Amino acid sequence: MDDLLSEFLTETSESLEVIDSELVRFEAEPNDQGILNNVFRLVHTIKGTCGFLGLPRLEAVAHAGETLLGKFRDGTIEVTPPLVTLVLESIDQIKALLAHLENHETEPEGDDAELISRLEKAADGELGTPEPVAEAPAPAPQPAAAEAKPAASDKKPRPANLADDVRWDEDLGRELRPGEVSLAELEAAFASVEVEDFSNPPDATEETAEAAAPEAAASDAEEPEAVTPAAVAAAIEKAVANEPEMASNTPRASQSIRVNVDVLEHLMNMVSELVLTRNQLLQMVRQMDDSEFKTPLQRLSNVTGELQDAVMKTRMQPIGNAWKKIPRIVRDAAQDLNKKIKLVMEGDQTELDRQVLELIRDPLTHMIRNSCDHGLELPSDRMAVGKPEEGTIILRAYHEGGHIHIELRDDGAGLKTARIRQKALDNGVITPEEATTMTEAQIHRLIFAPGFSTAEKVTNLSGRGVGMDVVRTNIELIGGAIDLVSREGEGTTFTIKIPLTLAIVSALIVGSQGQRFAVPQLSVVELVRTGSNSENKIESINGTQVLRLRDRLLPVLPLANALKLDDTNAENKNRFVIVMQVASQRFGLVVDEVFDTEEIVVKPINSVLRDITEYSGSTILGDGSVIMILDPNGISKLAAFDKSTTGTKPVVQETRKIVSRGDQKTSLLVFSAGSAEPKACPLSLVTRLEEIEVDRFEMTNKGPVVQYRGQLMPVIPMSGGLTANEEGRQPVLVVNNGDSVVGIGVDKVLDITEDVLKVAIGDTTPGVLGTAVIGGKATEVIDIGHFLGQADYDWAKAMSEGPKEPKSLLLFESHDFFRNMLAPLLEASGYRVTTVSSVEEALAANIEPSDFDVVLADIDNDAEARAFVDKLSTDAEWADVPRVAMSNREESLVTPDFAGCVRKSDRHGLLAVLDQTASLKGQAA
Amino acid sequence: MSSTEYITLYIGGQLFGAAVSRIHDVFAPESITPVPLATKEVAGLLNLRGRIVTAIDARSRLGLPKREDDASVMAIGIEKGTESFGLLIDEVGEVKTLDDGDREDVPSNLDPVWAQIASGVYRLDDGLLVVIDIDKILAFESETDADRGAKAA
Repeated sequence: MDDLLSEFLTETSESLEVIDSELVRFEAEPNDQGILNNVFRLVHTIKGTCGFLGLPRLEAVAHAGETLLGKFRDGTIEVTPPLVTLVLESIDQIKALLAHLENHETEPEGDDAELISRLEKAADGELGTPEPVAEAPAPAPQPAAAEAKPAASDKKPRPANLADDVRWDEDLGRELRPGEVSLAELEAAFASVEVEDFSNPPDATEETAEAAAPEAAASDAEEPEAVTPAAVAAAIEKAVANEPEMASNTPRASQSIRVNVDVLEHLMNMVSELVLTRNQLLQMVRQMDDSEFKTPLQRLSNVTGELQDAVMKTRMQPIGNAWKKIPRIVRDAAQDLNKKIKLVMEGDQTELDRQVLELIRDPLTHMIRNSCDHGLELPSDRMAVGKPEEGTIILRAYHEGGHIHIELRDDGAGLKTARIRQKALDNGVITPEEATTMTEAQIHRLIFAPGFSTAEKVTNLSGRGVGMDVVRTNIELIGGAIDLVSREGEGTTFTIKIPLTLAIVSALIVGSQGQRFAVPQLSVVELVRTGSNSENKIESINGTQVLRLRDRLLPVLPLANALKLDDTNAENKNRFVIVMQVASQRFGLVVDEVFDTEEIVVKPINSVLRDITEYSGSTILGDGSVIMILDPNGISKLAAFDKSTTGTKPVVQETRKIVSRGDQKTSLLVFSAGSAEPKACPLSLVTRLEEIEVDRFEMTNKGPVVQYRGQLMPVIPMSGGLTANEEGRQPVLVVNNGDSVVGIGVDKVLDITEDVLKVAIGDTTPGVLGTAVIGGKATEVIDIGHFLGQADYDWAKAMSEGPKEPKSLLLFESHDFFRNMLAPLLEASGYRVTTVSSVEEALAANIEPSDFDVVLADIDNDAEARAFVDKLSTDAEWADVPRVAMSNREESLVTPDFAGCVRKSDRHGLLAVLDQTASLKGQAA
Repeated sequence: MSSTEYITLYIGGQLFGAAVSRIHDVFAPESITPVPLATKEVAGLLNLRGRIVTAIDARSRLGLPKREDDASVMAIGIEKGTESFGLLIDEVGEVKTLDDGDREDVPSNLDPVWAQIASGVYRLDDGLLVVIDIDKILAFESETDADRGAKAA
């Protein structure tokens, strides 16, 4: 293609993007002359260049558009949405013509008479009535910017015989054509906006010159040549003087050159190779002692690093480039849908890799359309629910931790959970069983499932069922993740997290079965060492492996299994778990070894291997070996973690089943203390098992203490005294209740077993919940809480009498520790206990108010508890189930929503209040 | 009469010939990184002068028994589109120029897998030479896809 033409195409398409968004801004602020001048200048430049290149059809359309804009500028025609639509239509036509031009290098056949005549009519202020266009241009005020006129000697004065309504241009020395603008006027427009290439005066001169008088140049041999450069010089001078104040409005243009993207790509590849070679060299030199290469290599390494950064920067573009079309999209959507939409864009200067930018453009556009269409309600509906008529869409981008975060928030209706659930059921995306157990957030995420669209009607914009799953796929393809939070009636927020760049990533090199693999560092949350001596153990439930990590269970998957390698190290307890985060799900990958982190250059994977979703590419390491790069997305899917999108499940779900159904197994710690009979407690209550040397016990007036991990841990002997072992080591169960650590001295730890915890015989002995059959033996189930109480913990000493008839109780407790402690206690006191730890869980559990005699809620965790209480208060069915609150805070003790409130520590009081309250229901009914 | 240059090679004792024009390299493969989950034909990836090359084991492609651990192995480097492949073979012989007219069609009773990758046979004094169709020997992707489809259905 002709160089000139291709240059024109690039430049024009950039200008058009600006025009699009500027026009939308202009529509909102019709009085802002700055915006209009900018648009006007751009359209004019396009028109001028078209004339110069001999593109009559383009020129005609641009000309007609410019005429209308000129009228806006003069103030002779009021700016109205239909008129802006018309201008936008002409811009679209220009785009269509350009597209044809790009493919065929010629203008398409046909003409745009219809569009042009409409534009001209509009410019005449007479939309609809036809009128001969050529002879009577609407009167326009004389150029106001007279002072900007350059002092040129050979102006053609206005002939005296001309009618008043004919516009005469002194610089051109002829009448102005309909809609044409005088040079002086044009200068004024140029002078009042920032011109991009100040640093490049020859260019600017040329551009302006050809823009200003193309027709004159073509038709009039006596074109006063001296005029134009002078005019331009004046304009530039003026513009430069105005520059500082204008810089605040639009991003400042700097010295720049246009470079072909291929050149940059090539440069990037070369640098990538350089990085690899450097890594190789470094590795070699590291193995030599005292090498003379060390210093120069160090320098080479630094330079390479800087070079890499610099090249990276050339590929960086502000995300605003991908947003340019959005104002137009939102505007058009608002018009089509009869909605009022305010678009707020923040952080458009956030930079990211060009390649990434290209890839998120479409998903973003799609999501914006969705927000306009499904997210925001009609103005009347908004008014009805007391929201401002105008809906707001906020698009925000920012850097955080090597990622770009893009947030798209609307204040619309939010997702309709019930409808999504129903739709998912109908489409077979989920099973009825899943539908009842899924949390609200999980249901919301179903909109990312393939073939899912809840739009009641298919609109022009969206709702064809290929929506969000395509968005998700596209985002995941570039190693990104998408998630959403939605509240019905309040709106929806989508968050997209994408890597800054795709070419070079930092990766963790891990080993499994003697093979090495790279894991992109961006997905790695933490690294946990597991082992028999470690507090983090891998355990299994029905063959599924989980890791106990702090107070959570993390699903884990041995890498060897994921890759179907023979797992000969399965028995080896000393392994590593890489905790990974993919979208909102967290899981662990079990590996044998962890080597180091390396900057790796991602090489595309061979087509033969492309079907294997577990890999995202391959790379060459510093030592020259080739390794595969694991794809966290692929692995998470493979491990079927996708179904339970939340990933981690609170430990309590397990416990709840034990106490409520009594048929589920739980891990129990069996030990002896005082007597030979085995005693047991739920393992989940015990943080650690320690054997502490007896001589480390120190006596205080409150009992023995041990210096343990930098703090003093009181040790309560479970059976009279710490006498079982006179010397040597004393087994201690370490219990951590959040703030403090307490040790419970036992004689001997016998076993950890899985069994059904069912208290068969109640017991009134302090500290004993009752007796259960564990591992075929009658075993005393110990109430850990009782011993905590002895360690100055604020539980009162004894347990009260339980209710005579079993009552059912719903325990809302978001704190794992208290939940695990309270549930067995209440169970032992004769309640049938169902526990929930969050509102979501409560909803998912599908609990019926009629099933419960009393609700006990811990209200110390404000947000969750508040939500829970609100839920209960608003639901009429729950109204007659009495509620008891627990709190450790004085100020919370008076709460109108509750029948009673007790301190968490007051066990006696708690049971008494519960007993009283639970019988209330019976009376009320 | 036109002729073609062939590089002769042995796979599982059988003499093969591959058109020289398609061969970029002949090299002794070192430290091949296996790729778990890949189809059995993919022996792994290797680093050939800074490029990542996908090694295809000709023996498993042809349904022959595995090479013994200490047996010698060679590779011929092939470029297909923008991708690099290394075909693992047992031994490389010499370069022979053979007349195109002497090439005979693949015998109809040949094993279908072999028939698929062979584009002809030459009768040489020291045995039969099977001409390998390079594109076909590398094209097993579709087969595995079909297999998967069949399994899924």
